[in-house]
Amino acid sequence: MRRILVALKRAIDFNVRVRVRPDGKGVVTDGVKMSTNPFDEIALEEALRIRERGGADEVVAISIGPDEAQQQLRNALAMGADRAILVKTDQPIEPPAIARALLVFVERESPMLVILGKQAIDDDSNQTGQMLAALWQRPQATFASKLELTDTVARVTREVDAGLETIEVDLPAVVTTDLRLNEPRYIKLPDIMKAKKKPLDVTALASLGVETASQLRVVSLESPPQRKKGVMVKNAAELVAALRQKGLV
Amino acid sequence: MNRVLIVAEHLDGKLNASVAKCVSCAASIPEAEIAIAVLAADGSAVTAEAAKIAGVARVLQVRNPANEPALAAVLAPQIASLAEGYSHVFGSSTTFGKDLMPRVAALLGAPQISDIMAVESATRFKRPVFAGNVIATVEAPADCQLVATVRVASYQPAPAGGPAPVETPVVDAALPTHTRFLSVSGARSDRPDLQTAARVVSGGRALGSKENFALIQRLADRLGAAIGASRAAVDAGYAPNELQVGQTGKIIAPELYLAIGISGAIQHLTGIKDARTIVAINKDAEAPIFEVADYGLVGDLFTLIPEIEAQL
Ligand SMILES: Cc1cc2nc3c(=O)[nH]c(=O)nc-3n(C[C@H](O)[C@H](O)[C@H](O)COP(=O)(O)OP(=O)(O)OC[C@H]3O[C@@H](n4cnc5c(N)ncnc54)[C@H](O)[C@@H]3O)c2cc1C
Ligand SMILES: Nc1ncnc2c1ncn2[C@@H]1O[C@H](COP(=O)(O)O)[C@@H](O)[C@H]1O
Repeated sequence: MRRILVALKRAIDFNVRVRVRPDGKGVVTDGVKMSTNPFDEIALEEALRIRERGGADEVVAISIGPDEAQQQLRNALAMGADRAILVKTDQPIEPPAIARALLVFVERESPMLVILGKQAIDDDSNQTGQMLAALWQRPQATFASKLELTDTVARVTREVDAGLETIEVDLPAVVTTDLRLNEPRYIKLPDIMKAKKKPLDVTALASLGVETASQLRVVSLESPPQRKKGVMVKNAAELVAALRQKGLV
Repeated sequence: MNRVLIVAEHLDGKLNASVAKCVSCAASIPEAEIAIAVLAADGSAVTAEAAKIAGVARVLQVRNPANEPALAAVLAPQIASLAEGYSHVFGSSTTFGKDLMPRVAALLGAPQISDIMAVESATRFKRPVFAGNVIATVEAPADCQLVATVRVASYQPAPAGGPAPVETPVVDAALPTHTRFLSVSGARSDRPDLQTAARVVSGGRALGSKENFALIQRLADRLGAAIGASRAAVDAGYAPNELQVGQTGKIIAPELYLAIGISGAIQHLTGIKDARTIVAINKDAEAPIFEVADYGLVGDLFTLIPEIEAQL
């Protein structure tokens, strides 16, 4: 069975203007919209497209997080994933531990491809996919904006500082997505109904037997210093005069 | 004593400008002894450049034809081997460092702190989360190695100094062959580089077409500025991906940033928080970009750009 594993994180929606709690120990989450990390939706979309053009047989969505992450997994099933796995924990966990937990399922499921987002937009770590690839001792193709597969290799175009880099990796491999890889499909109502019948397994993180304690400790959170509001100029001449006065042009 | 190993990014025999900024970050760790690792096919020119950065105690030159073009899977085991005896292993938060450093961290069994923007102590650092809307202070354990990437927009380059001694350690690591470089595209231009330019002119969705985006190029040329773009402009094909500024593009800190026809989404603002002066031109007086702009001008960019040029 040619299988693709997709890792999805439940995160605060990208449209929310995140605020620090007054005690500086966390961010405000009450009544805040939660979604699937946008990069991970792209990861899922890519996996589905590969399956739909016959390049894979099964797409499995996996998330590590609280019970509520079942919502994101149900969405993934509605988008088209064949089954889903929730690895349940109420603790915040760091990329190395996520990678170790994912590795357990990688070894169990023997996927040809594991697709993750390049970063979770809450912690902005940009680590998990690379760490998983290292632990699995397999190739990584990060920041993908194009993915082509044969039976044995993936050819991946990556968004790098210089432009676009293309590499070839042997399968199985880890791929992390950039925003331009694809545009995820919208979920249709009948798909939501169908998704209810698809399997969603729940496993406790603690039962995996991997070390998940945090090594890093968040001491405090604060809001960044605000830029002070500037002035409005009336026209081009005023703008250029102001910049000239400051020696900027 | 803290021993910091910095992984040098380089291309075509030139050291990336971010490396001297990593040195500044490392130098703000108390009692830091700083080494730079240059992994290259030959790397002599890069090594010489690295040795001339003030505050560097030694440069480790590792020659291997497999090291160029750089591939994270090939470099990581070598760096993990070189890292023995170092308390900190740093890379830049460029796409090179973002790709490579977590792989190194996993091989070392070390945690990674991404995007260090301030050093509080040898184990305590500040970093942005939530697209820079929150700054986290993070404490790493004292008894294990720490891997980190350095948010280069937060640091000035370390000055010239040295030269530091060069060592050529023998690295004993099995290198994988499962990853192969094929090609890299990306226009080499004579324009200033987006990440280091003193001035940047950026265009957004409002430009409406690739042809119109030439207006941004023309203004940038007049100002001797680099060109930037919003994600919407890149997605629409008006500008190539390497020009994207923001959370998922480049984080920059120019003296002057001109945002033209860009609304100012948080993901874009993340990329320009450290710009000295921000100028916004937008026809919508309510656009969020005006909340961060030092100078705002409301109007149609198609009439304003020529008017600005006429004044220059
Ligand atoms: C996970 C994630 C990551 C992202 N990362 C980035 C990133 O790195 N960088 C980034 O830029 N975005 C990023 N985005 C996208 C971001 O949310 C915005 O969608 C994007 O920045 C909008 O680009 P824009 O301002 O060009 O377009 P719009 O928001 O459409 O704004 C166009 C502006 O032009 C003005 N305008 C229109 N016509 C004229 C005219 N004739 N003259 C003057 N003004 C005019 C309008 O008033 C409007 O304010 C990300 C989004 C997500 C979800
Ligand atoms: N809790 C999680 N559950 C499932 N996948 C995750 C989790 N955290 C991170 N990932 C995956 O790893 C990617 C990178 O996350 P990060 O390294 O935290 O920036 C995300 O885009 C997800 O694909």
